[in-house]
Amino acid sequence: MSAVEERLPIALRTAAREQLLVEKGLVDPAVMDKFIATYEKDVGPLNGAKVVARAWTDPEYRKRLLDDATAAIAELGFKGPQGEHMVVLPNEDTVHNVVVCTLCSCYPWPVLGLPPSWYKDPAYRSRVVREPRAVLSEMGLDLADDVEIRVWDSSSEVRFLVLPQRPAGTESLSEEQLAQLVTRDAMVGVALVAAP
Amino acid sequence: MDGIADIGGMQGWGPVKRPGDEPVFGEQWEARAFALGLLSMRTSGTNLDSFRHALERQSPMNYIADGYFGRWCHAAETLLVDSSIIAAGAVEARTRKLRGETVEEPAWPEPNKPDYAPTGAGSLREVTESPAFAVGDRVRAKNIHALKHTRLPRYVRGREGVIERIQPSALLPDTHATFEGENAQHVYSVRFDSHELWGPEAEDFTLNIDMWESYLEAAS
Repeated sequence: MSAVEERLPIALRTAAREQLLVEKGLVDPAVMDKFIATYEKDVGPLNGAKVVARAWTDPEYRKRLLDDATAAIAELGFKGPQGEHMVVLPNEDTVHNVVVCTLCSCYPWPVLGLPPSWYKDPAYRSRVVREPRAVLSEMGLDLADDVEIRVWDSSSEVRFLVLPQRPAGTESLSEEQLAQLVTRDAMVGVALVAAP
Repeated sequence: MDGIADIGGMQGWGPVKRPGDEPVFGEQWEARAFALGLLSMRTSGTNLDSFRHALERQSPMNYIADGYFGRWCHAAETLLVDSSIIAAGAVEARTRKLRGETVEEPAWPEPNKPDYAPTGAGSLREVTESPAFAVGDRVRAKNIHALKHTRLPRYVRGREGVIERIQPSALLPDTHATFEGENAQHVYSVRFDSHELWGPEAEDFTLNIDMWESYLEAAS
């Protein structure tokens, strides 16, 4: 193929497929609406933030989380597609973890929802496994030279959640207040959690 | 396959986007494409690995130009046409009709779904044989150039690493994607040194990737 072929408008093409499948009784639009609402409203990074805040405030939970993340995350009620087996990667003073899926855009849906556009972008997928320090710096995260970077390529059905470090000066905050500080980006490993 | 989806290490993409706030679905059609993608797997009698294979089977130029949900849309269509749930050209004809063209739509085909069913839910499976490798073993990713689906990306093939953890055993996507069997195997998180992957001038870091047992051989 020498050029990108002429493409029909994708929005219309999607609508056409939906119409055909609904006409044939193969797809129920109400089920589609339910899937969409689930990931627009119910399942998102707030779930992961609750896991992180619990791990920061409850050492026993943290231990269980690092031991068997799938079970510990399910304790808080989070499970489902793309969370069949979870592994939590704890950041330390001199270890920073960052997650990618080079082959598609695998992402831990039950704790983070659907992936953001930068995670699905070819630039992130191609480069973070080759020059993570440069990529993180472009994303606004400059790590000290003595911090070891560990990159995790999600090639199997195992899904990874980064456990960021709790920022200093947050000793007086409640678990709920801590959860508000935790961002999606920190749980993928492209940011740190900042103190309020 | 050595396709466009196997993008790890490719250069020339320019800077990475800076994260920011964004809606889950940028446009309404993306939400519909998402839900239809999930339902099309079910309707076509295929699976998640087949869907990933359908994504990588899109032409490289379209794969990039269509964007994430655009390729979801086309890959789901590929599965539906492969299983004769909808006729080739049917979606295109309906799309043209929706924009006011007069077109003849193809007849509905006789469905021809894969004669294949998973042995259980999800992808994790028990394996009775002991793992061939132990934590700490040195291994090499085999230089396999699969013709169809694989989760063994080019950038680790032929490279040596260390088994860091044993992951739950799972069905093999390579054959599951094409309805040729589950072939459940042990899966290992293998740690590679950045210089083994990218040469002496590379940044210092380590890279972990999950490898099915048949992707690996012992290294000394």
